[in-house]
Amino acid sequence: MATSMYKEDIPFDEMFMAGGGVRRPYSDYHRWLEDQHARRLQQKSSEADALFRSVGVTFNVYGNKDADERLIPFDIVPRIISAAEWSKLTRGIEQRIRAINSFLHDIYHRQEIIRAGTLPARLVTGNSAFLPQMIGVTPPGNVYTHIVGTDIIRTGESDFLVLEDNARTPSGVSYMLQNRETMLQMFPDLFSAVNVRPVSDYPRHLRRCLSNCPPARCEGRPVIGVLTPGIHNSAYFEHAFLADQMGAELLEGQDLRVADGRIAMRTIRGYVPVDVLYRRVDDDFLDPLNFRPDSLLGVAGILDVYRAGGVTLVNAPGTGIADDKAIYSYIPDIIRFYTGEAPLLGNVPTWRCSEPDHLAYALDNLSELVVKEIHGSGGYGMLVGPAASKRELADFRQLLSSRPENYIAQPTMCLSTVPIFARSGLAPRHVDLRPFVLVSPDRIHISPGGLTRVALKEGSLVVNSSQGGGTKDTWVLED
Amino acid sequence: MVLGRTADGLFWMFRYLERSENTARLVAAGLRIALTRSRSGAEEWSSIISTAGATDAFLARHPGYEFDGVVDFMLRDRSNPSSVMSLIEAARNNARAVRTALTSEVWEATNETWMLLRSALKAPVKHHGLPEVLGLIRKQSAYVRGALHGTMLRNEMFNFARLGTFLERADNTARILDVKYYVLLPSVVHVGAPIDNVQWETILRSVSAEHSYDWLNEGDPNPAGIARFLLLDGRMPRSMAFCCDQILENLRHLESGQHAPSPSLALAEGLADSLRGRDAKDVLEEGLHDFIQEIISRIGKLGRQIETDYRFHA
Repeated sequence: MATSMYKEDIPFDEMFMAGGGVRRPYSDYHRWLEDQHARRLQQKSSEADALFRSVGVTFNVYGNKDADERLIPFDIVPRIISAAEWSKLTRGIEQRIRAINSFLHDIYHRQEIIRAGTLPARLVTGNSAFLPQMIGVTPPGNVYTHIVGTDIIRTGESDFLVLEDNARTPSGVSYMLQNRETMLQMFPDLFSAVNVRPVSDYPRHLRRCLSNCPPARCEGRPVIGVLTPGIHNSAYFEHAFLADQMGAELLEGQDLRVADGRIAMRTIRGYVPVDVLYRRVDDDFLDPLNFRPDSLLGVAGILDVYRAGGVTLVNAPGTGIADDKAIYSYIPDIIRFYTGEAPLLGNVPTWRCSEPDHLAYALDNLSELVVKEIHGSGGYGMLVGPAASKRELADFRQLLSSRPENYIAQPTMCLSTVPIFARSGLAPRHVDLRPFVLVSPDRIHISPGGLTRVALKEGSLVVNSSQGGGTKDTWVLED
Repeated sequence: MVLGRTADGLFWMFRYLERSENTARLVAAGLRIALTRSRSGAEEWSSIISTAGATDAFLARHPGYEFDGVVDFMLRDRSNPSSVMSLIEAARNNARAVRTALTSEVWEATNETWMLLRSALKAPVKHHGLPEVLGLIRKQSAYVRGALHGTMLRNEMFNFARLGTFLERADNTARILDVKYYVLLPSVVHVGAPIDNVQWETILRSVSAEHSYDWLNEGDPNPAGIARFLLLDGRMPRSMAFCCDQILENLRHLESGQHAPSPSLALAEGLADSLRGRDAKDVLEEGLHDFIQEIISRIGKLGRQIETDYRFHA
């Protein structure tokens, strides 16, 4: 099919250069694409949809009763990253995550960073994501964030920035795996034309990562479980998928109880201890005895078992303090403090509305800024200034003025674009990237690529699936 | 290691699937009657609703036993927990909850079944469209069963799936006989009259056995022959005897290597004993109704005991 250039007044596009040429990482793919017929691609595109539906790769949308299971739209044009770009990215991510783990250990122990005056104490001790129950606790292997999904945006040829750290329970890795499976099934020839690094070993790495941090009381080979809130959770498909792929138990709170200082699961022959729990349940709901008493999703007393070395919780409780949006703006300082190095990956400039001069700036420039709630996620409760109506701007002005400490503001970043396969042919759409990181005591593994989320609406900068975003297969090329 | 919740999910997933297939079979048998003998249609439909144990719920929603109302209630009505759509949805929810215990083939077959039926049963089913919908239900059940047989390991999970299937099937066959037992009674004396031939055939048809009966029995159906076939003939895959054998086999597999026999195995053996060595003519003379009531109660007890023995619930 013909793949001519589209409009020129666009931001950085990862496939096409301003002059119309194809960027290097995309050259092999582009050559293949030119040999394809548009109608075949159209057909493949609908085949992909049917495939996702029958496999049941769906997600549940909160607050939407009619469509309780939806597909995340999949686009058949891959997002391609060169080996050099990838190695630069991974070095930056590794540095950041080592610093975050040092930071977590520090704030739950001696709090050197506060004593040194690098971080205001109120941001930690006055933060609801800070768990006093974790003070003085060192998790097995001293790993706090076993599983991280760092959100990266690109704004130019060599400009990668971290948008969010997602150090609690990042989701989306099943889409990374399923997207690749789908591409392999639909376009097997493509993978002999282009040398793409595989991602299918992720479940094995995940299992190893979980086994690498057994609790003190574990005997022999660790028994591993994935703790899910159940089939109504928006990411249930992923929980089941990962448990299945790893050969781990898929557990719900109702399967578990505390027995002899261990967490035990109810099997058909009686209660059997679980050693490592990859829990996809938030801190608040984990333990009705220690946190929210109304939670039915967790296990009463699990935090006490954890503190006594009876079970490993992945990620450790209390890691949310590190991906808090108020802490985010301090991460470059945190990296310098713990590693003594300059950050390899930058942050998006951030105004903390808790500070009067930052708030004043944010209010003056609201229509150009993105405003985010400190504890919000998933694209809920945020304002995209340039796309907002007068009414929305006025509402946010009021919110900001009444509770400034609840918000941060950032410039509207011009995310890079990658073409999608639209009805009319290729069309540029904004993307971000979530690489998936596994932390073991002695090493950090980053799956090559990750999940590319794409804003399917023309001009839109919001890539969240809950807000109409789609996904793409993400390729890292072999050297 | 099988979680109690997983065993529960598998057991009920296959009970739901089996029940939905039986519901479709009952409707098919009713349709046949309605087509051939329009006047006793209402009576036929009422016995179908009664077999499904839904008489009160049905009459609360429908003034009488009309074709459209019955078909809608049995196939589509989500307020009826034993409608095909409710059952398939429940089976799929269970499949989702025990996703890691199923092969991807079994899951995809179940998911596809749900997708296809949801679209086929979106609007009320018209008279002329009914055979096609019933055919689809039968075909999809066979597909899920085929995936189970072709791809699942013969382990404990498989045993729970099979226990659910055969406990449900035994219960269904017993209920069909129970609702129709009066047709087989010797006191109904119009032997040989066309009315009874059709009634008997309906019984066979509701267990898809009208042809296999002829093959094995070489002749016209008669009450003792039908009772023997559905209760005692181990070759007939929907008979009590066959279901009992399968239940015993799966329970024994679950028990192998365990120290003491479980109470559920004892109950299953009791159920099998109550059929062993029986003569159909004697059963008819001593009272078919009481005999079947006894079986239904034993099946219920066995199901509850399995749930306890294998820790389905906390």
